[in-house]
Amino acid sequence: MADFEIPILTTTVEKMMQWARRSSIWPVTFGLACCAIEMMAMSASRYDIARFGSEVFRASPRQADLMIVAGRVSRKMAPVLRRVYDQMPEPKWVMSMGACASCGGVFDNYAIVQGVDQIVPVDVFVPGCPPRPEAVLYGLVQLQRKIDQTKMRLTA
Amino acid sequence: MNAAAIIQILQRAVPGAAYEIGASADQPTIYVPRERLVETCRVLRDAPELQFSFLAEVTAADYLPREPRFEVVYHLACLGTPGFPSDQPSSPRRLRLKVRVGGAEPHVPTVSELWPAANWLEREVWDLFGIVFDGHPDLRRLLTPEDWEGHPLRKDYPVQIRMTARATEALQLTPEQFAANIAADRRRSHKLEK
Repeated sequence: MADFEIPILTTTVEKMMQWARRSSIWPVTFGLACCAIEMMAMSASRYDIARFGSEVFRASPRQADLMIVAGRVSRKMAPVLRRVYDQMPEPKWVMSMGACASCGGVFDNYAIVQGVDQIVPVDVFVPGCPPRPEAVLYGLVQLQRKIDQTKMRLTA
Repeated sequence: MNAAAIIQILQRAVPGAAYEIGASADQPTIYVPRERLVETCRVLRDAPELQFSFLAEVTAADYLPREPRFEVVYHLACLGTPGFPSDQPSSPRRLRLKVRVGGAEPHVPTVSELWPAANWLEREVWDLFGIVFDGHPDLRRLLTPEDWEGHPLRKDYPVQIRMTARATEALQLTPEQFAANIAADRRRSHKLEK
């Protein structure tokens, strides 16, 4: 029925909600190919993703907020990817890491999906082959800024 | 041990087969006629002076306008491990077998009884080239999705396929299995409640 913003009453609550959500984005382990190595490097001590709030990578999608699709997705893997995405509870976001996840990368052939946004809705695309850990962290910060734009909505 | 020496041993054990030496830069290469493939492989595996007990790879090559169209390539290795597979000493060596197969109805006898590794390797060749392996216990697709049509590594298969990926797949269970799972779950939760 009605779906409207309540700007005045809930401004502070909205800011609290945005801060809470963006400060503890826990990714689900979805490293598929070579980009997974850079994702591991990002979560290791030098580039430390934990200081941005991603304390752990959850193995179960039920406990995760963010799906970082790191690597090329084959057509056989696409339904599996969708299933893992569907098992994540709201609010959830998807980061497409690397060229292969964003657009198929160098592989324009029968086996590779030309962009994971054919299967799941993507919030942030991070180009690179593979993207440097700093680039992925930049993508994460951009996602945090995107979360800061989410308004509280009252759905009646 | 070069190709000629191996062929000499094979000619004694498999009389009448027409072996050829293939051109190669790295390993001895032998062309084997398709009908004598299994016998030849059995001799290669079991003969004490050969002992190629390790099947490293089965693959194929498509030479499209040429007939015979395909060449199925087997890479064998003797690891030289003392005491295995037999007590005869052996030195490490490698061998490449090639089998010419026509394009119209490509059939090759399976070697999966000799080397169990051939099971998945031949499934991969069937999946990507369409070469049927007669006698294979479970010839179905390995790398492409189960309902894929076509054999991608053939030369007449398109390189780019701009097809939207399928995000859903059919349920892998029959309705009876699904009902049995639900019933087992109910029984289990009933037991926990007690």
